[in-house]
Amino acid sequence: MAKNAHFDFKTNIDKALGNRQLRTNLKSAMDYLKVKRSTLFDDENELEELRTLGNAIKRRALSQLPQLLEQLEEKCTQNGIQVHWAETTADANQIVLDIFRQHNARHLVKGKSMVSEEMHVNAFLQDHEIEAMETDLGEFIIQLAGEPPSHIIVPAIHKNKDEIARLFHEKLPNCPYTEEVAELNAIARKTLRQKFFEGEIGLSGVNFAVAETGTLCLVENEGNGRMCTTVPPVHIAVMGLEKVVEKMEEVPPLLRLLTGSATGQLITTYFNMITSPRKEGEKDGPKEVHLVILDNGRSRILSDPDLQQVLQCIRCGTCMNHCPVYTRIGGHAYGFVYPGPIGEILTPQIEGLDEAGDLVSASSLCNACEEVCPVKIPIPALIRRLRNENYADERDGTVPGYGYKKNFIEALSWRGWQLMNTRPAIFKIGSKLMGLFGNRLPQVGPLKHWTSARTAPRLAPKNLHALAREEGVDNE
Amino acid sequence: MRTYPEKPNKVYFFGTCLVDMAYPAAGMAGIRLIQREGVNVAFPQKQTCCGQPAYNSGFPEEAKAVAREQIRIFNKNYPIVVPSGSCAGMMRYHYPELFKNEPDIEGVKRFSERIYELTEFLVHVLKVRLDDQGHHVKVTWHSSCHALREMRVTEDSKALIRQLKKVELVELQNEKECCGFGGTFSIKRPEISAAMVRDKAEDIRQTGARIVLGGDCGCLMNISGAMEYHQIPVYQQHIAEFIWERTNG
Repeated sequence: MAKNAHFDFKTNIDKALGNRQLRTNLKSAMDYLKVKRSTLFDDENELEELRTLGNAIKRRALSQLPQLLEQLEEKCTQNGIQVHWAETTADANQIVLDIFRQHNARHLVKGKSMVSEEMHVNAFLQDHEIEAMETDLGEFIIQLAGEPPSHIIVPAIHKNKDEIARLFHEKLPNCPYTEEVAELNAIARKTLRQKFFEGEIGLSGVNFAVAETGTLCLVENEGNGRMCTTVPPVHIAVMGLEKVVEKMEEVPPLLRLLTGSATGQLITTYFNMITSPRKEGEKDGPKEVHLVILDNGRSRILSDPDLQQVLQCIRCGTCMNHCPVYTRIGGHAYGFVYPGPIGEILTPQIEGLDEAGDLVSASSLCNACEEVCPVKIPIPALIRRLRNENYADERDGTVPGYGYKKNFIEALSWRGWQLMNTRPAIFKIGSKLMGLFGNRLPQVGPLKHWTSARTAPRLAPKNLHALAREEGVDNE
Repeated sequence: MRTYPEKPNKVYFFGTCLVDMAYPAAGMAGIRLIQREGVNVAFPQKQTCCGQPAYNSGFPEEAKAVAREQIRIFNKNYPIVVPSGSCAGMMRYHYPELFKNEPDIEGVKRFSERIYELTEFLVHVLKVRLDDQGHHVKVTWHSSCHALREMRVTEDSKALIRQLKKVELVELQNEKECCGFGGTFSIKRPEISAAMVRDKAEDIRQTGARIVLGGDCGCLMNISGAMEYHQIPVYQQHIAEFIWERTNG
């Protein structure tokens, strides 16, 4: 995968925070999604049971992942689905390109898929003179704008209606300017309908792949996913290898967790279950179905018993909706495909800490993400773990790029902090000095950052140790 | 749901480093609230910090050294009361995590079992009844994320405020949202932290409250600093100090 050599988190953050419109759009959208979710999941005990079940299903699947993937391949093959394995995103792209070449095809219609974003397949195909057309409304909008998704479920959430109206008017041929939502929808629908006729190959993601039956499940609201997977003669499904579950009976609870957490829906408008290409005598459906199973670092992540929990993710995006940091900076600031809390723990593991390790700084560890995660991924604990890895040495670093932040000044500061907090005599002198001079410290370093938005903290002349001593509170 | 012990004869008080340096009056008020219920309080003079700053910043070994020292100092089998949801959460839930591969993990777990957040202890163990002697005042409450989502004691803190007859509690619009403190987060990502605390200060202003109460001094320092910076005239106070002042006739 292409390395993001120019990832400059600080610049991205400043740019995002400076955009008032973006913050207003995000806040109202996230508030809306949060209310929708809490309205649907109004029984706390029921939700807790469901999350516990979701966690158990995904953990069990991960614990037997190699076997399940083999079973999935076997079942899919029996059903007539052609299975391809891709170790890297480059491999996955090549597989897709080879299928295009076999069919002399030039036009792709795409349903929404984050793995396809991970592959950057649109740009890759474009380099080979193949047109890839996004058909999910949100993806269609950002493709017109030439932007990546800013959210994994609602990719154009950073844009409001007026911005979309201008975009359609400017980018679509002969498109009149309108701010009417129904008219904007109709314009997109008409444009896309033509593309569905032209598409020779359809590409989709996979929400759940069921090993025991070889079934690919696809969740969507617009019907474009069904169009992409049934209208063109060839369907390519791409999935990360963690998407496999063992049994069909495990799908309903995961589906309920996914739609409820993502958009507060009991069920989406469409739920597609694809188990084979068109069979003899059938009148519709693709003649060929391909499944591309992508690793891209996932099997390496699986080898760590703690960090592998990131692979439980069902991509509902609710951690973003509830994240106070995401709500303020939006998805683009995170610089890579997966933003928000889940991106913070996934991206550095895929890309390496030296590339993306700075992402783990974007958390106050408020635990809001962990509280709502439908499969109970301990996101804050994994953020902490990756912060440790950022400073780790050869003895305990395991994530690629570990130790990239190691520096003498910070190490020395924390050593000093440790010394002060483990030696009562030093602590006593230190406290006394802080009481005397703490309020007169020059505003440099950490204090400078603090006072950029707040007045300096005022330290008490006498600390609690001294007060307790004077008041005769027992020492032990 | 946690099961609580009978009222003990004696407790330890772990003051926390922020209370120690910036809010010692809140710490003394906490000690007095416990003493008033007829319980002896010990404040070991060798105590320092729970270790959370290093723990959250990528320095687990330094955190461990400081944590081990507290475990050693608070060695008698008394409950340990902490006037902070965040530090209490660190000692109750993160110490066992921090020491999970160490030979003394069982001792660490027994230590962690003894940790109580102050308002939780006042409500469930001491079962305090507060007699409000102050004038009418409108207040709002900010819960730290760890009091809310780790220690789960927010309702205890609010229950104490509601016992005060002349205190009107107005809840914040985005009550469950972080104030942007996050320990070293506030200096490592100062831009985002500033945007978060600015919004929190605005929410507080909109309640029309005269005082914002909190149970965690990190949040209070952050929020009050931002309110002062933006010239929002709301006074801040730790809940222990507020209760002590209103009930100590």
